[in-house]
Amino acid sequence: MNDDTRTVIRRVLREHARLPVDVDTLGDDADLFAAGMTSHASVNLMLALEDAFDIEFPDRMLTRGVFDSVSAIAAAITELSGDGEPSAAGGGT
Amino acid sequence: MSVPADSERGLLEAVRRIAEEVAAAAADDVDRNARFPAEALEALRGAGALSAAVPEALGGQGASLETIARCCFELGRRCSSTAMVFAMHQIQVLTIARHLDGAPWFESYLRELHQEQRLIASATSEVGTGGDMSRSIAAATPEGEGVLSFEKQAPTVSYGAHADDLLTTLRRTPDAEPGDQVLALTKSGQAELEPAGAWDTLGMRGTCSPGFLVRARFASEQVLAAPFAEVMNQSMVPLSHILWSHVWLGIATDAFERARAFLRASARRRPGEPLPAAARLSHVMAELTLLRGEVSQALHDFQADDVDDRARLMTMASVLRFNNLKLAASEHAPSVCAGALEVVGIVGYRNDTPYSVGRHLRDALSARLMVANERLHATDAALLLIAKEP
Repeated sequence: MNDDTRTVIRRVLREHARLPVDVDTLGDDADLFAAGMTSHASVNLMLALEDAFDIEFPDRMLTRGVFDSVSAIAAAITELSGDGEPSAAGGGT
Repeated sequence: MSVPADSERGLLEAVRRIAEEVAAAAADDVDRNARFPAEALEALRGAGALSAAVPEALGGQGASLETIARCCFELGRRCSSTAMVFAMHQIQVLTIARHLDGAPWFESYLRELHQEQRLIASATSEVGTGGDMSRSIAAATPEGEGVLSFEKQAPTVSYGAHADDLLTTLRRTPDAEPGDQVLALTKSGQAELEPAGAWDTLGMRGTCSPGFLVRARFASEQVLAAPFAEVMNQSMVPLSHILWSHVWLGIATDAFERARAFLRASARRRPGEPLPAAARLSHVMAELTLLRGEVSQALHDFQADDVDDRARLMTMASVLRFNNLKLAASEHAPSVCAGALEVVGIVGYRNDTPYSVGRHLRDALSARLMVANERLHATDAALLLIAKEP
C-alpha cells in the first residue's frame, strides 16, 4: 500500500511539479522545493493529489512543509485516507 | 487599536511628538527635494525608537507589534517617507528577532543595533526575477575560511544610501535553485552599494529608493539559519503588509482630516449655508472606516495566530489573508485621498495650502506597486483553487 502510494505520488510529481530534474533521481526525503519546485507548481501538485487520491487537504495541511518531500506527502495522504498503516499500530515506533 | 501597556506608552508618545514636531515640519521639503528625512530619523534614534522591536533581553524595548504598528500610523499621518522608512526598518528588526534562534552573532548584532541605533535597509528584489521575492539569482558564494560574498543587482533599495546595514535575500549556494534562499545581514563596512540611477518619482520621494549594484563580503554566521520559507511566511510578508498598511492608513487619515478641516472652516465662514461637499466627505469617511477596520483586524488576526500556533501562518489560508489586507489597503488608501481632494477642490490641489492633499495622493498611489497588486492577485488566483476557507 505504502509503495503504491509513493508510486502514485511520484507519477503526480512527474506530471505536475515541473521539477528541473527527473523525480526518480530524488530520494523519498529529498526537499522538492530545494530541487526547484515553485510555489505555483506546488498548488497544481496539491490539486492533482486531491484528484488522484480522492481526498481534500484541509487548510491546516496546506503548508509548504506538508508537500516538501515524497515522504511528507505520503504521510499526509495516510493521515487523511485513514487506511494507510498508522505508524503506532505496528508498535514498532 | 487598543491602549498599549504603560511601558510602551512612552515610546508611542515620543514617536507621536516626533511625527508632529519634526516629521510634519520637514515633510513638504522632503517631498519637494526627494531627500531623506534625516532630521526625523535623527529624532527617532534619539528616542531609541530604532530598537523598539529588539527584545528586552537584548537591551531593546521589546515593544509589541501593536505599538510599532501604531507608531507607523502616527508617522504616516505626518510624513509618509519617514513612516515608510521606519516601517521597513522595523520589519527587518522583527524578522531577525523572531528567527535568530539563539544565534550568537545575531544576538550581539541586535545589542549593537540598540546601542548605536543602527538603521537596516533591505535588498530583497532583484533584476531578472520579475519582482518575485521568493526567487533569487545572486548567491552566497564561499570564499574560503568561513567568508561568503555576493554581487546583487537590486532594482530598488529604499534608503540604501542612508542605512547602516543591509538584509539581503540570496540563493543558499552558487548551485542552489532560485527558490532555495537564505537571508544575510551585512554591516556598513562589508557591503558596497553602487547606485544605478536616481530616485525622482511621483511619490514616496523621501524614501530615496534607487537601484544599486550591491557587492559584499561577510562571515558565514551572518546568514540566518532558519528556513527562508518560514521567515518569509511567518514574518517578512505578513509583517510588511501589516506595517505598510498602517502607514497607508495614516496617510489616508490625514487626507481625510484636512478635508474635514477645510469644510469646517467653510461652514464657520457661512453658517447655515448648504455645504454639498459635506455629503461627499461622508462617503470618504465611510471608506476610511472600512480601511481602518481591515487594517486593525489583520493585525489582530496575525497576533492571534502568532501566539496560538505560529505554524498556522505557514498555511495558504494565511497567505491569502495578508495578501487581501495589502490589496484592500493599497486600493482604499489612495481612494480616500482622491475623495479628500474632491472635497477640498482646487485648494487641496494646490501644494501650498494647509488643506493640500496632493502629496498624500501621490504617496498613497505607491501602495499598489510595492509588490504589484496584479502579482498578488495572480498568487491568490492559484491559492484560492486549493484553499478551503474563504
